[in-house]
Formats: sequence, structure tokens, C-alpha cells
Amino acid sequence: MGDNGIEVDGLIRDFKGGVRAVDGIDLRVAPGEIYGFLGPNGAGKSTTVLVLTTLLPPTAGSARVAGLDVVRQGPEVRRAIGASLQESALDPFLTGREHMRLQSALHGLSRAESERRGSELLERVGLMDAADRKVGGYSGGMKRRLDLGLALVHGPRLLFLDEPTTGLDPQSRAALWDEVRRLANDGVTVFLTTQYLEEADVLADRVGIIDRGSIVAEGTPAALKASIGRPSVEVIPQDPGDLERVAAMLDRFGEKAPASSNGVAARLPEGVSDVAEIVRTLDAEGLAIADLRLHTPTLDDVFLAKTGRSLEGAGDGADAEDEQQDPVAASA
Amino acid sequence: MSEHVTQIRVLARRSMLKTLRQPFQLFPIVFFPLILLAVNASGLKAVTSLPGFPTHSYISFAIAVAFIQGGMFSLINTGTNLAEDIESGFFNRLALTPLRRVSLIAGLLVGVAALGVLQSAVYMLMGLVAGAHLDAGVGGIGVILALGALTAVGFGALGCAAALRTGSGEAVQGLFPLFFVFIFLSSSNLPRNLLKTGWFHSIANVNPISYLIEGFRSLYIYGWDGTALWRGFAVAIGLTLIALLAVAGALRTRLQRT
Repeated sequence: MGDNGIEVDGLIRDFKGGVRAVDGIDLRVAPGEIYGFLGPNGAGKSTTVLVLTTLLPPTAGSARVAGLDVVRQGPEVRRAIGASLQESALDPFLTGREHMRLQSALHGLSRAESERRGSELLERVGLMDAADRKVGGYSGGMKRRLDLGLALVHGPRLLFLDEPTTGLDPQSRAALWDEVRRLANDGVTVFLTTQYLEEADVLADRVGIIDRGSIVAEGTPAALKASIGRPSVEVIPQDPGDLERVAAMLDRFGEKAPASSNGVAARLPEGVSDVAEIVRTLDAEGLAIADLRLHTPTLDDVFLAKTGRSLEGAGDGADAEDEQQDPVAASA
Repeated sequence: MSEHVTQIRVLARRSMLKTLRQPFQLFPIVFFPLILLAVNASGLKAVTSLPGFPTHSYISFAIAVAFIQGGMFSLINTGTNLAEDIESGFFNRLALTPLRRVSLIAGLLVGVAALGVLQSAVYMLMGLVAGAHLDAGVGGIGVILALGALTAVGFGALGCAAALRTGSGEAVQGLFPLFFVFIFLSSSNLPRNLLKTGWFHSIANVNPISYLIEGFRSLYIYGWDGTALWRGFAVAIGLTLIALLAVAGALRTRLQRT
């Protein structure tokens, strides 16, 4: 793996009380890639990030980040990476510019370099106008953008973003996605955890789906969705008496698929391009329809297929992970 | 080396700014000890006529307690601020930089020391305005500022240890009444030789806070009393060392980074 990739082998992290938050995961992230780590609350995403960013030692297994061992080369790893962890970790009594100065100084930048880099990053994340305001008055989106800017102060080769858009409005979310894409274009490797399907789908080059500490699926979003089957089309006739005729017609296009009680559905071996022909056939046979629905597989379907549960709400009641991150409360 | 000095400097500055920008933290530091001093001075003035009481000015006698109370506010404010950093994830942000453990705590405590000097100066000034007489003169001002800073650092470090151990601002604040009891069970209101209740006298004799108070007090009443001063400094240094040991242990558990 190159100088800014990630290699993880058999990573395990246990917490007090025998709770295994990360259960032997293996993963590879290529340099310059945006890797989406998708899973419900409590799945083990944040614990994995804490281990990869050297904030928690693993119980077993190994991990190399930017070509460096996270256990034996912690300080070197920290110099190579940037991280924006869950929640905006900011001081409400400092201004955006003061945050930049503090972060730059802690990374060893000279005062002149710190001023230049701080201004450049505040401009980049669109906070120049608010740079001298206390962060306590920032909106959630502004805090997240500042958080991202701070993670970039020392020019990291690898960036960890732990649920960067949780709680943001759609506009702020889209702005942050654009920034992440720009960073990846600049050659920065991005390891992004999220519980949002759409985020992983549109942003990540590859996605790893984690559930209960284990990776249950991994690949490009398109490949993952394709792995669980072709799209299907469901037709609901206006006259319920036409159900059998519609079913017979759909049989000619593909095998039967699950449908609602007042409709019939078929998988489309040729993909969505079959839909036009189906509509023409329905019309030619004089079958009036009440509704026609195209189902394309989502990452939620992938999660459902792999775990038997839907990702939406899969983490309900599984917020223990946050508690497990308190090393004092939950050290192994 | 210069990198660590810079780290300590910027963290100290941030620690000071965080307190100075929170009026609800500043108000008790400045006014609570002075209000208590005013109440005690007006209510207990008569004790100065007791045989053996060392001065006719109760303000000069009681002003020493303000410095200890200021130190205890350092415990609460430093501990609460650090606990907030832990709860908000700011502590993790710091941990992700090349910052060394020792610089992290040193930065915090240098900020506390600077605030300790500032609050001691305020107490001294207000005391002088209210009629307290500093028998040790100008030289005594420097010693009071030094002892005030050291006391603030000792208590502040205890606050850090509590914050690192619990990660909870509420838990840190819960310590305040506990430490406040130490003030009342000391020679804060009367000299030890005038405490006639046996158990109270015994507790005040073994209570290190008595010696810390008497260190400050000696400069106001006796001028330069070497015994009182070395005992006062010994308590402040001992408190600081014990607190730093507690911080080191708690930091090892809290900060598990590799």
C-alpha cells in the first residue's frame, strides 16, 4: 500500500465488560481513495476510527496508516493524518481564527506560516467573514466546516472524518461533500464514517458496511448494489381483475419479484432499459395502470441482505459505542 | 525544546482566555471571597478584642482566606473546563496533535498560575482598599503573588485530576463543598491558639489549610515570619506535587493514545 493508504488486518477492540466493539476487521484503503465506512449507531465505526487515529490501542490485530504502524509509530501517524471526529470538537469561547492559530502552533507551524495557512483554510471552508467571531455563535454547518479546516492545518496525507454531516441541513451537507471531493482530487485519502446511505453512495469510491463490529460487505457502491440483484419493476393495474394478465405479460420480461398485495413485479435482467418496452406492451395490450414503480437496489437493501435488518433504525438502542469510547469508563 | 515552549504558551493562553471570557466563572472568583470577607469582617470584628488575638484589624486577619477560596475556584474552573474539553471532544483534538502529555498539563497549569497571580492581585488590592495592612510591605506583595499562584496551581491540578478521572464537569463541581469544609475546619476565623473546642482545635492543627492560611496571614500581621512562610509554601508545594501525581495517573488512563 502506498504512503497514504490504510491496511487493517484482524483488528479487534474489546472494552470493559467483555464488549467487543470491533471484531476482527480487515480492510484496505488505496491512496487518494474516498472510503465510506457505513453502519448503524454502535456498529463499531467510531471505535475503528479511534484505533486508526492512534487514540485507542487495539486489543489485537494490526493497522498501518500512511505506511506507519498505529501502535508502534503513534506520533508519526498523528503527524501524517488529519481527523474530524464525531461532534464538532471546538471551544465555544475562541474565534475561528484563534482555533486556527492554536492548532497550527500545536503542529509546530511558525507564527507567519500559521497566519497564512489559517487564512487560506478559513477562506477555503468559507468562514473568512466569521473568522473573528466566537465559535459559540456558529451554526452546526459552520462548526463542521471549521472542524474540517482545522484537520487540514498541517497538510495531512490522510483524512479521517467521523460522521461529518450528522445533524447538518442538506445545503451544508452538500457543501461539505464538495470539499471532501476536492480534497480527494488533491490526492488526500479520505476515510469517512457515516450512517447515511446517500452519503456513502454518492461520495465514496468504495464502501465497507460494518455491523456489530464486523465488515459484512465491501466494494464500490455500484458493485454492492449489483451483488444483491437486478432492479425490479412493479405494476399496479387500475382494475384488480387485470392482475393475472399483467403478471403474464411481466413473465415475458423476467422472473417474478416480491410486490405489494395489489400489484405484480418482475426482475429486469437487462436493467432499467426494459421499462420502456414494458410500458409499450402494457399500452398495446390495453392494460390501464394505477401505478408503476421501479425498484433499484440501495445500500440499505445490501445491508438488509447481509444482516437481515434494515440500516434505517438498525442502531436504535445501540448507542453504547459512545460510552465505550470513554477510555476511563470502559477500558479493556 | 522551543516547540514545547510554544505548545505550553498557546495552551496557557487558551486556558486563560476560556476563563476570562466566561463572566459566570469570573464573578465567583473575584466577588465570592470578597463578599464572604466583608460578611465575616463585619460580624466577627469583636473577636479582635479577645486576649491573644494577633491584630486589631479583622480584615488584615481574614483576608488570607480569600486567597485559599480563590485557589478552590481554580480547582472548580480548571476541572470543569477540562471536563468540558473531554466531553466535547476538544481533548481528543489536542491528543491528535504532536502535543506531549506533559505539555498538555503544563499549558493548562501555567494558565492557572497566571490567573492565580491575577486573582491574588485583585484580593490584595481590594483588601488594601477595605483597610487591610500588609505588614511585610512591598516585598510581601511578591511573596503573596507567588504563594497565590502556587496555591491556584495546586488546587487547579486537583481539578485536572478529577476531570481526567471522571470526564464530568458535574463531578468536579461536586468537590467544591468537600474542599470548602477544609476551610471552615481550619484557623480561617480564629487563630489556632484561640480555638477552645478540643476536637476543632485538633482538626485545625492537622488541617494543612490552616498552615496555608497562616502563611498568607503572617505577611499581613507579622511581616516576615519564616516559620509561617515555610509551612505555607510547604503545604502549597506538597499539594501541588500530590495533585500532579494524581494528574499523571489519571492522564495515563484517560489518554491511551499510542
